[in-house]
Amino acid sequence: MQTVQNHTGAESAGVNAAANVDEIMQKVAEHKGCGTSGGSGKASCGSGAGENDLPPEIWEKVKNHPCYSEEAHHHYARMHVAVAPACNIQCNYCNRKYDCANESRPGVVSEKLTPEQAAKKVLAVASTIPQMTVLGIAGPGDPLANPEKTFKTFELIAKTAPDIKLCVSTNGLALPDHVDRLSQYNIDHVTITINMIDPEVGAKIYPWIYYNKKRYTGVDAAKILTERQLQGLEMLTERGILSKINSVMIPGINDQHLVEVNKAVKSRGAFLHNIMPLISAPEHGTVFGLTGQRGPTAQELKALQDSCEGEMNMMRHCRQCRADAVGLLGEDRSAEFTTDKIMEMEVNYDLDARKAYQAAVESERQAVVAAKQEELQTLAGAHSDIKMLIAVATKGGGKVNEHFGHASEFQIYELSTSGAKFVGHRRVDLYCQGGYGEEDALGTVIRAINDCHAVFVAKIGGCPKNDLKTAGIDPVDQYAGQFIEQSAIAYFKEYIDKVAAGEIEHVAKGDAEIRQGALIAA
Amino acid sequence: MAYTIVEENCTGCCACEPECPNQAISEASNGLFVIDPAKCTECIGHYDEPQCVAVCPIDLTCIIDENYPRYEAA
Ligand code: SF4
Ligand code: SF4
Ligand code: SF4
Repeated sequence: MQTVQNHTGAESAGVNAAANVDEIMQKVAEHKGCGTSGGSGKASCGSGAGENDLPPEIWEKVKNHPCYSEEAHHHYARMHVAVAPACNIQCNYCNRKYDCANESRPGVVSEKLTPEQAAKKVLAVASTIPQMTVLGIAGPGDPLANPEKTFKTFELIAKTAPDIKLCVSTNGLALPDHVDRLSQYNIDHVTITINMIDPEVGAKIYPWIYYNKKRYTGVDAAKILTERQLQGLEMLTERGILSKINSVMIPGINDQHLVEVNKAVKSRGAFLHNIMPLISAPEHGTVFGLTGQRGPTAQELKALQDSCEGEMNMMRHCRQCRADAVGLLGEDRSAEFTTDKIMEMEVNYDLDARKAYQAAVESERQAVVAAKQEELQTLAGAHSDIKMLIAVATKGGGKVNEHFGHASEFQIYELSTSGAKFVGHRRVDLYCQGGYGEEDALGTVIRAINDCHAVFVAKIGGCPKNDLKTAGIDPVDQYAGQFIEQSAIAYFKEYIDKVAAGEIEHVAKGDAEIRQGALIAA
Repeated sequence: MAYTIVEENCTGCCACEPECPNQAISEASNGLFVIDPAKCTECIGHYDEPQCVAVCPIDLTCIIDENYPRYEAA
């Protein structure tokens, strides 16, 4: 694509950048190769990438980032601040009017902050949650449609909390205008939401865009949008800024097309592709919600993610967090940090204490990796075509440490002779609310993990245990408190041994439902 | 006729505020946005269409206020 550079100094930056792009592209290409080294015992490349899978410079950038490294998300936390709610495009899956405390999806937020309040909030959270390493500005709206507030926030945080990594999510329309500023603030990750590269497809997703002081509609709008997005992505790659691409999978509209999108973004140096299911409940009042556009099933989503995986890294653990989410992924603590509460908080930002804490997290994390490696040895030489999914109830730290009844989501792992690979998460209603089980809630849990052969929990009551068994899901509590992957591999080894001995018969499981929204802040 | 913002529709997203060529739009105490009719020129002489209308994500939120006479470009 021909792009016109109209920034002063762009020319010379371009020269420096050239070598850089080649280098990065080379690394991305090399990295891609690791997923195909089947049988080597490496579970996956993808976002499950560990230290040995990635070039060191890239690993340095992503290792503490819960959204970029699947494994890091067990150990590190992130927060979003909502400072810039203006938006320059309209998407059919978004409704800015909708705002509810029980809602959980990108773009929805209860409180918008001034840059000064946001900076105070970041300090307050980082002082309370030492493993908080990343601050993102993700909406609602587009952070680059309101660049002054976004950059002011980054500036204040870079000054007061220099160890926190900054990142920004954008629809990409205004991106080419701001890439230089982003690199100035040392932003090393940008997420661009790209749902199409074909304007005909785009016209079905975006009713309009606002660009160059004008509103454009239909195919014209989508054409401008896709050109700007891809240009922005190329410019980021030239400057060595990592880009993650988010895509919303909309069955019948862009589901097939996302394979093309995947190729287009990969060839422009995107580092990670995150394909997310459409959330479209009618009560959200979005265009898609009202027209009855459905979201994908768990199997459809996984099949698309799998078909793109040969092309580049796929991210599978995105929680589609609220624009003001705080804490570990899947554990929203935003309710503890409302504006009133933060303004009263005594903030003691102790960089050394944070570093010490993170060093401890790092050693715990090494232990998880070591345990997994050790267990993997037991699978060496095992031959089986069996692949199965399991669901895990966890509070974080990479361990099986959540009571079945307390889990508001399950992590899904795919087990095979090459190990345990994280493939996603499923939100559920709390089975146990206030201490007693609710029949209906169990039904939704079973539907959400219906494609799994087993569910690993720290503890589980007798009643749900039986119902799970009836549904063909094995409730497993013998690994309470142990590392997930190590336990999963041990379980799988036992399972295939039993199948081999004819003790049990392996039957394929059905599809599962993706639960819409509502990860309620606990 | 100046433009005005329908309060029930406004989400307070502030997309309109920086686009107004006359600084006619400001944040009200309730976090929503209002247009000062004395400053609004309907964008005449600046743009082909009123910028608050063009940028507002909610349809029929920035509308003509019939209470004000049509603005005449100087
Ligand atoms: S929405 Fe996805 S990328 Fe953003 S913080 Fe949540 S998990 Fe990370
Ligand atoms: S019509 Fe133009 S001048 Fe009037 S408020 Fe809207 S943006 Fe401002
Ligand atoms: S753009 Fe529309 S919704 Fe946003 S603040 Fe202005 S009037 Fe309100």
